[in-house]
Amino acid sequence: MNSIPDIYRILPEVILTITGVLVMLIDASLAPLTSRRTLGWFATIGTGVAYLASVWQLSLPMGTGYSGTVETSPFTVFFHVLICGIVIVTLLLSLDALPEDSHHQGEYYALMVFGAVGMCLLTAATELLVVFIGLEISSISTYILAGYRKQTGKGPEAAIKYFLLGSFATAFLLYGIAMVFGATGTTSIYDIARQAATAQNQLLVEGALAMMLVGILFKVSAAPFHVWTPDVYEGAPSPVVALMSTGPKAAAFAFLLRLLYEMFPHLRHLWSPVLWVVAVLSMTIGNLAALRQQNVKRMLAYSAIAHAGYLLAAFAGFGSTGIAAATFYTAAYAAMNVGIFALVTIAGGYNDERPLIADYKGLIYRSPLLGSLIIFFLISLIGIPFTGGFFGKFYSFTAAVGGGAVILAVIGLLNSGLAAAYYLRLAFAVAQRPDEEDRAVRTPIAPIGLGIITALALATIATLALGIVPGGALHAAETGAHTLQPSPAPASVPAEVTVIQTTP
Amino acid sequence: MDSMILTLILLAPLAGAILVALLPDRSKLPAWLALISTLVTFGLALHLPAHYDAAHPGFQFVVNKPWIENPAIFYHVGVDGLSLWLVVLVGLLGPIGVLASWKAIQRREKVYYSLFLVQQTAMLGVFISLDLMVYYGFWELSLVPMAILIAMYGRKNGPAAATKFFLFTFIPSAPLLVAILYLYSRTGSFQFPDLRTDIAVGAVPAGALFWVALAFLFAFAVKVPVFPLHGWLADTFSEAPVAMAMVVAGKLGLYSMLRFHVGLFPVQAHNIAPLLIALGVIGILYGACLALVQRDYWRFLAFAAMSHLGLITVGVYGFTLTGWTGATYQILNNELIDAALFVLLGALEIRYATSQIAAYGGLANRVPRLATLFVIVSLAMIGLPMLNGFIGEFLILSSTFTISHSWAIAATVGVILSAAYMLWMIQRVFYGTESKLAAESPATDLRLSEQLVLWPIAVLLLIMGVAPNLWLRTIETAPKPIVLQQARSADQPAVTSVPMEVQR
Repeated sequence: MNSIPDIYRILPEVILTITGVLVMLIDASLAPLTSRRTLGWFATIGTGVAYLASVWQLSLPMGTGYSGTVETSPFTVFFHVLICGIVIVTLLLSLDALPEDSHHQGEYYALMVFGAVGMCLLTAATELLVVFIGLEISSISTYILAGYRKQTGKGPEAAIKYFLLGSFATAFLLYGIAMVFGATGTTSIYDIARQAATAQNQLLVEGALAMMLVGILFKVSAAPFHVWTPDVYEGAPSPVVALMSTGPKAAAFAFLLRLLYEMFPHLRHLWSPVLWVVAVLSMTIGNLAALRQQNVKRMLAYSAIAHAGYLLAAFAGFGSTGIAAATFYTAAYAAMNVGIFALVTIAGGYNDERPLIADYKGLIYRSPLLGSLIIFFLISLIGIPFTGGFFGKFYSFTAAVGGGAVILAVIGLLNSGLAAAYYLRLAFAVAQRPDEEDRAVRTPIAPIGLGIITALALATIATLALGIVPGGALHAAETGAHTLQPSPAPASVPAEVTVIQTTP
Repeated sequence: MDSMILTLILLAPLAGAILVALLPDRSKLPAWLALISTLVTFGLALHLPAHYDAAHPGFQFVVNKPWIENPAIFYHVGVDGLSLWLVVLVGLLGPIGVLASWKAIQRREKVYYSLFLVQQTAMLGVFISLDLMVYYGFWELSLVPMAILIAMYGRKNGPAAATKFFLFTFIPSAPLLVAILYLYSRTGSFQFPDLRTDIAVGAVPAGALFWVALAFLFAFAVKVPVFPLHGWLADTFSEAPVAMAMVVAGKLGLYSMLRFHVGLFPVQAHNIAPLLIALGVIGILYGACLALVQRDYWRFLAFAAMSHLGLITVGVYGFTLTGWTGATYQILNNELIDAALFVLLGALEIRYATSQIAAYGGLANRVPRLATLFVIVSLAMIGLPMLNGFIGEFLILSSTFTISHSWAIAATVGVILSAAYMLWMIQRVFYGTESKLAAESPATDLRLSEQLVLWPIAVLLLIMGVAPNLWLRTIETAPKPIVLQQARSADQPAVTSVPMEVQR
């Protein structure tokens, strides 16, 4: 067995947990009316340390810890880095966006960090029960955060909707876990991978796959399990949406990759057509519904559904090509989506004072920086070259074409033409010369603080870097993909595996 | 120097754009920065004809460096006889555009000039890229600044025109991307020289090539625009800022046709050429007829441009060396003439705040210099001998006569019509009884900055008319695809012939 202390395998999670607990405790000991901003910075720094710890994990030999329940590999590190990055940006954003007098600010920061623990654990887990625990930690944090604006009617509504539907979906996942345990007698992903193909009751295995797919597709808001998305995004505070439209989604996609490519590759003939249909449905429904939205957050919610569809197109790709494309897409999508929601937070106001597309009219004339950045991120979402969004789609559809799903790629590209129409509606509203009597002109935009500037700079740099020099991220994604495929034996993998040469 | 020059030309406007974006929006600072940056670009571009070696045709000043490992995308740039003068032209249009915007753009100059410079970068990138993915990147990028500026500065309904423009050109580029990806999946290369050889030796099945070539043609034909794909043109001309409108039509699409449609798929292009010649001639006549009945001079200019672009399309698809040379030369003429007309009409609009032809009349006494220049430029456009339009039109028409007398006669009718609408326009605006508008609003004649733009162009029109060999000498070194005259006389497609870079 390996000689590495088990704790190293979950070091980022441990650091995040300690940070979260400290934030919670200090919050409780502070006088009720003092500012909690320092706690926010503390949480950010703690997450930053966890980020570095994840990167450091690359130097560990690949393998599992705690009796094969968690793993460190280039794959997990990729997602850890991504999730910590997302959480850092959303924390920075929240620092300035949260009203100074809002209650429970300390809790807010703690919950964000706990959410990160759950997401990280979900990507690292190689044991279905740990997967479940990770998913629940991350979900419960986001349920609470979604309802953070208790004073508005929409906040609690969003939280309850998300909670009820989310729990229902999680129940499916748990049921699937129970079924696969029934078929194979184990909950370890690697053991299942070895035994599932030869299990006696294949029907039970197939049922388990179906149940788990429902649970995860809900989490990534893919059609037809997407109905909660617009309501929840509309009701939740924008910084929280920035987190939950990217972080938990990335983690859920990581698990979906494990589920399909690692656990049930022998059922590809079943899940591949299902995902084909789900991808087409998500893109088409998401884009068509987005066309009709007047509310910016609802429009972006539907666009998120469409993007889940583009991402699922990568699953039509075989083996490491598909995994790498999907992994890359989660990163590209996270960068641009965090960016756009950061801007929506400022431009729309923390309490959604300016929620409609019409309210964004002429923004570039009032604030050139905000306006230009909104247009920049929208351009990336459309998928114009030299932005992350382009290479995300490019790799995803290339993987699909490589896997023989040419029609899927064509539908996807036509869909991105459709999507351009509504992204442009917002972009051109921003660019349009404002009329003097516009309501939007009268409501001032809050000054932009250091936290938001840093958050925006990080998101912008990430989006540009993924679009101009995608080589590094793609290489990391490919290295990660190779650690998923072919399934390595647990805990006995030599270190050399981590540096497998990627194939062109 | 020779290996760096193209990269420098590409980076100069981009650096200008970044500088403009970073420095404060104070008085005329962005405009001055943009002017300096465009002048530097133009100066660098002049290095190309000075050091181009006409004795050794083929790509020169080539840089070929790997950019992205997988898929294999190379930063591969170079110019030959076809693209050389187009790069210089874009360089020249830069300062012209900045000076034309000097008075017209008064708000948000920072956004305007940085986008203007990004647009220039994108156009230069299109002309020098020899890797199809890099080319595609710049091709798509060129849409963005244009669309945003139309939305920002639209005269009446900017966002609608911008959306129309964007979708018209963005959606056809989806099939273009699929076609490029398909070629890559067959040949493993995005590079123009490799692909040309691979396609000629039959590495791609002929049945698929038909569709691939069609996808290329479709994307380019919309951009030119070729009848009946011109739906975006009139709105774009009447809404876009003057300096942007003058660069939007023509050269990108026509160059791409010559380089990538005729150049990569000579057989398919030759097969479809009769259709394109027919559409070109229809475009000439249709554009001319519509130009005769326009009330708004921007729309008038749009249809006049469409008519002239139709003639160039005929030259491209005539498949004769004379036609190709004439077409390339005529692209230069056309852009210069259009630029001058845009500056002149823009100057009128600044002075009289209307673009209705009927509102004008008898201006020649009020603004004599403007009127004189307008007449000179119009005569060049009509194709008066001694001015540049004559050379290009003569080459194209004489090439068309060798193919088909009837098409050539129809095209010539279009040329006559162009004299009719231009002269009638001059008569209505500058001569005749003095209109109320001209009498009531005291207007100054051309300012120094405007004359500084227009007189050099007028001189250039004359030089290009009397000494065309200065340009034709290098244009004729453009690599020609398989010369198909023999194939035409034998009436069989030249499928098997290997591309020869035939020189005249």
